[in-house]
Amino acid sequence: MYELQQSLRQFEKRAYDLFMENLVKGTSHLSLGMEAVATGFGRAMHSDDYTFATYRGHAHTIARGAPLGPVMAELLGRENGILKGKGGSMHLTSVEHGMMGSYAIIGAHLCIANGAAWSAQMRGTDQVAVAFFGDGTTNIGAFHEALNFAVIWDLPVVFVCENNLYMEYTPIDLVSAVPNPAADRAAAYGLDRIIVDGNDADAVYEVATSVFDRARRGAGPSLVEAVTYRHGGHSRADPGKYRPAEEVEAWLERDPIPMYHQRLLELGVSESELSAIQQSVAERVEEATEFAKQGAVPAADQLFVDVWSDGGASWRN
Amino acid sequence: MAQLSYRDAVSLGIAQEMRRDPNLVMLGEDIAGAGGVFKTTVGLLDEFGPKRIRDTPISEQAILGAAMGAAMTGIPVIAEIMFSDFLAVCFDIVANEMAKSRYMTGGQVTVPVVIRTANGAGSRFGAQHSQSVENWCMMIPGLKVVAPSNPADVIGLMAAAVRDPDPVVFFEHKSLFATKGEVPSGEIVDELGKATTVRTGSDCTIAALALMVPRALQAADRLAEDGISAEVIDLRSLVPLDTRAILGSVVKTGHLFTVEENPRLCGWGAEVASIVAEEAFWDLDGPVVRITTPHIPLPSAEALEDLALPSVERIYETVRTTMD
Ligand SMILES: Cc1ncc(C[n+]2csc(CCOP(=O)(O)OP(=O)(O)O)c2C)c(N)n1
Repeated sequence: MYELQQSLRQFEKRAYDLFMENLVKGTSHLSLGMEAVATGFGRAMHSDDYTFATYRGHAHTIARGAPLGPVMAELLGRENGILKGKGGSMHLTSVEHGMMGSYAIIGAHLCIANGAAWSAQMRGTDQVAVAFFGDGTTNIGAFHEALNFAVIWDLPVVFVCENNLYMEYTPIDLVSAVPNPAADRAAAYGLDRIIVDGNDADAVYEVATSVFDRARRGAGPSLVEAVTYRHGGHSRADPGKYRPAEEVEAWLERDPIPMYHQRLLELGVSESELSAIQQSVAERVEEATEFAKQGAVPAADQLFVDVWSDGGASWRN
Repeated sequence: MAQLSYRDAVSLGIAQEMRRDPNLVMLGEDIAGAGGVFKTTVGLLDEFGPKRIRDTPISEQAILGAAMGAAMTGIPVIAEIMFSDFLAVCFDIVANEMAKSRYMTGGQVTVPVVIRTANGAGSRFGAQHSQSVENWCMMIPGLKVVAPSNPADVIGLMAAAVRDPDPVVFFEHKSLFATKGEVPSGEIVDELGKATTVRTGSDCTIAALALMVPRALQAADRLAEDGISAEVIDLRSLVPLDTRAILGSVVKTGHLFTVEENPRLCGWGAEVASIVAEEAFWDLDGPVVRITTPHIPLPSAEALEDLALPSVERIYETVRTTMD
């Protein structure tokens, strides 16, 4: 889990640098500071489970084992990108790794995750579908539709709210009827109130294991609220200045990666082992960056590929 | 051949596909025990059981989201949205999610969903339960759009829609449910994107869809009495669009009329007219004329609703005066 957290951190820091170099265009939403959630859940998943993420989905995609190079290449809009340059940062998907997509419109994917869970139920597998979303998402209708639907159909789905205290620029408590926007609403759907320290990968892993067990037993869905914090702004355009300095300071003190580092040292792992991990991750991120930079710009004819299942784009004969 | 109602053709068409593909499932509001608010799913629960024919809460986003999630993980789905007006409630899933996934994932995701929905006016249901919204869907890259006009086509196009790997919005017309037509026995499978010439003629072409097809045919009968030979084309599907059939007919007749039920502004008839203007301009002997509902919400009163929709009389009059 230390290594995965390091990968997520270093990958996204590099993505940020590439932004600054104007190599990554458009927008992107980093989850620096929130790595423990993707890590804990990612490590608790089976390889054939399904992940559904938001536009803030780099970490969830990498946590499923999607290769760093093609993911980085996608951010650069290259032909060797994981989506051939057609999706970009907000739509990372790798079906072969169980990463069923990153959805840029708030709420929809909670409903879609239900469908994947329903399909697993019908096919009689023990797969679980996991939908990650932000605190802001708890205020859209789809959240409530999805929860009710999942409960009445006993679906093997886990809804994970990454509560980073802000929706876009607005503190979540200013726009929600309850202090814990996910957990406090669980009772409305007959679910347990589950809150976990989202900066502690071990705690997240433990909760993930128990809700996955429940889903695989046929006991139905769960709603988990992982409380965490993003170190940076909402997206590329946002310096995050609306947040009080003391608040940012306090959360930086609780950075999940140094915390985990410290825990491993206390458990007897040596500093040199940990720095070796850091080092090998750095090398992989470097290779991924090189891979991405080497990628060709997509050819113009790709514009007309894959609107339809025949591969083409023609809507008339 | 047997006489069958359009309504019964819907359930027969679904049953045909569910017998063929044991993975195919269906969900929607009141579709199981109740047999659908339009009685288009009667008998399906008895034959296929509650695992394959499932009632849902009033949660249109959850319905189509579940359809999409199941379809992209190997279970093809037919989802019912009770009235087509309600597509607005879940349009995110239709327009942004189902329609776009294949393209934006570089071809990784396929969404074999059929969204069935009751479209169109004629039942005096007023502005929120009578709309023809096929244009909402036609303009979205990634969606296919089908609207049959008769029972045999319902079955054949349902089969084509279910077997198509792309998301298809299947518009059943409320005012056609009670109508009957000949249906051949045995399995019926059509092809998407093939229009039918339902009446041949030499003087003008009338392109119509769904409820407007029988009206165009009746108008053509009257035109024949006046010595005007009208060819009537049932488009059947807007995406894919059978432009070959339209252009071929226009080249022959020199005149095109489109008859559409939706409001005039940006209706599919405008698209058809523009294709013909671009590609068969020199074969035209006069301007393309669109017969549509005016750009108004639909009124409920019988007298007003009838006035809004293209009637046999209006189609006949428009063609006759134009051809004079
Ligand atoms: C339906 C919809 N409304 C608004 C937006 C614009 N938007 C993008 S991100 C965002 C904030 C979401 O906050 P939250 O759910 O807490 O997720 P976070 O960004 O914190 O991960 C908003 C309003 C959107 N993408 N979709």
